[in-house]
Amino acid sequence: MYVEMKHIHKTFDGFLASNDVSFGIEKGRLAALLGPSGSGKTTILRMIAGLDRPDSGDILINGVKVNDLPGSKRGIGFVFQNYALFRYMTVADNIAFGLTVQKKGKAEIKRRVKELLELISMEELGRRYPHQLSGGQRQRVAFARALAPNPQLLLLDEPFAAIDAKVRRELRTWLREMIERVGITSIFVTHDQEEAMEVADTIIITNQGSIEQIGAPEDICRNPKTGFVKEFVDVRRYEILRQMRESSPL
Amino acid sequence: MKMDERTDVPINGRLDCQQDLVGDGISSIQKVIEPHRDEGGDSVKCLLITFCAMFLFVMLVLPLLVVVINALQDGWKVYKENVVDEYTIKALHLTLAATISAVVVNTIFGLFASYLLAKFYFRGRQVLAALIDIPFSISPVIAGLIFILTFGNVGWMGEFLKAHGIKIVFAVPGVILATIFVTFPFVFRELFPVLNAQGKDEEEAAGLMGAGAFTIFCKVTFPHIKWTLLYGVILCAARAMGEFGAVSVISGHLRGKTNTLPLHVEILYNEFNTTAAFAVSSILVILAVLILIARNFVEWRRK
Ligand SMILES: Nc1ncnc2c1ncn2[C@@H]1O[C@H](COP(=O)(O)OP(=O)(O)OP(=O)(O)O)[C@@H](O)[C@H]1O
Ligand SMILES: [Mg+2]
Repeated sequence: MYVEMKHIHKTFDGFLASNDVSFGIEKGRLAALLGPSGSGKTTILRMIAGLDRPDSGDILINGVKVNDLPGSKRGIGFVFQNYALFRYMTVADNIAFGLTVQKKGKAEIKRRVKELLELISMEELGRRYPHQLSGGQRQRVAFARALAPNPQLLLLDEPFAAIDAKVRRELRTWLREMIERVGITSIFVTHDQEEAMEVADTIIITNQGSIEQIGAPEDICRNPKTGFVKEFVDVRRYEILRQMRESSPL
Repeated sequence: MKMDERTDVPINGRLDCQQDLVGDGISSIQKVIEPHRDEGGDSVKCLLITFCAMFLFVMLVLPLLVVVINALQDGWKVYKENVVDEYTIKALHLTLAATISAVVVNTIFGLFASYLLAKFYFRGRQVLAALIDIPFSISPVIAGLIFILTFGNVGWMGEFLKAHGIKIVFAVPGVILATIFVTFPFVFRELFPVLNAQGKDEEEAAGLMGAGAFTIFCKVTFPHIKWTLLYGVILCAARAMGEFGAVSVISGHLRGKTNTLPLHVEILYNEFNTTAAFAVSSILVILAVLILIARNFVEWRRK
């Protein structure tokens, strides 16, 4: 297991946002945290990133307990829901930020930025500012920025939520390909089950701070374990999706 | 007879017109007129323009003209003498010292307080925000009295201060304290909404990539707030320069010692030294115009 959560509890002013959360994700996997709004998905992601602290329980990354390790030392990249690009820096400076902070050499930073701009097919746009980009382009920059310092784990909070439906599907495929190409363990948050089914190899279903079920998309559709999952997951949609996948494999 | 002369151009009228200048007067007129350019109702438009123009003429232009004309009524030479008068220069120095102190202290306080309240949640957050607004809702005269009751001879810190030879009331520290008090919400009030709207995401993103607090502030937070900060500083400076009530109570009007420009104007006027009073007022008007220009420039930069 690359990431492991063990009996995590987290409260906000007495409100139980994570209730005995336990799961593990193997190296190289792409997992989705799927659940209704307010079910505690972001909270879990933020605790893995070190942005929030669990009240009790252990978080392990690569077998090491990281509860007391600051987020910047956990080897993670984080893509925020609305990207949180630095609006007063160019695209290139955004991508370079993590490396600049680590005091990497100029030549090395330049090389890496170029490499990443190529990866997201935005070689020409390095000198633009975030507000001069489309939603999809911003998302790709946020992705590149998170990857720049070579993290071992990528966390994405609702990476497609701010993008309109048509582009979303393309971007989804793109992101999946990228993650496969880079070979990085990733966890993304979504409340859209179609998105989770299409992109993830493992789905973790959350509800009211607890985990309802963990499994591969087919698994969850074939045998939903709790009443909530049965209601929440639309099996027909999975069937449609499966047919889609068969007709046009990724 | 003398009383009538005074009510013609009351002392407060002159001090207020300085504040009007830095208020919303001119910039909001442009905003009101432009949207109606091509619409019907021309007569309504003309009526409104006439009304507003007349109002501003009577309330703003006329008093300013009076200041200038009266200041120069005995000729340029007398005007110059009045302006470079020893006590006027000392009052100008004190006004500048109080203004600079207020700007420095309130910029630091405003930055810290707005950052704290915009980016962190804690118990008593609302209470703190409400406390910061007190100088806006309290009369400056009361503010001055509060300082006298605290630091004056009969005040509850009076004994202690006397024993240590520290003089605050009827001395320069009191004037500076009162000015700081009256102006401390300005920078906070400007910064808070901007910091609040910015959210914490960008800072968290920078933190996750290993940036320290100082780097985060310089590279992420500051570029976002710099024009707003400058705007707050300008408002604060404008108010500090014109402050009359609180300073009047605490200064004791010691000429050449604790007099600021507005107080000096009042003293000259009470001595029926009208020309000198207007000459000194004109310094405040010039400062106000400079601030107005700076303010409009910053407003334009802030887009
Ligand atoms: N900083 C906080 N202070 C207080 N309550 C919080 C805080 N963060 C989250 N919560 C609460 O914890 C619960 C879970 O929040 P979380 O953001 O994890 O949900 P989510 O599953 O990501 O929802 P969404 O899909 O709407 O983003 C919510 O009820 C929320 O109100
Ligand atoms: Mg969320």
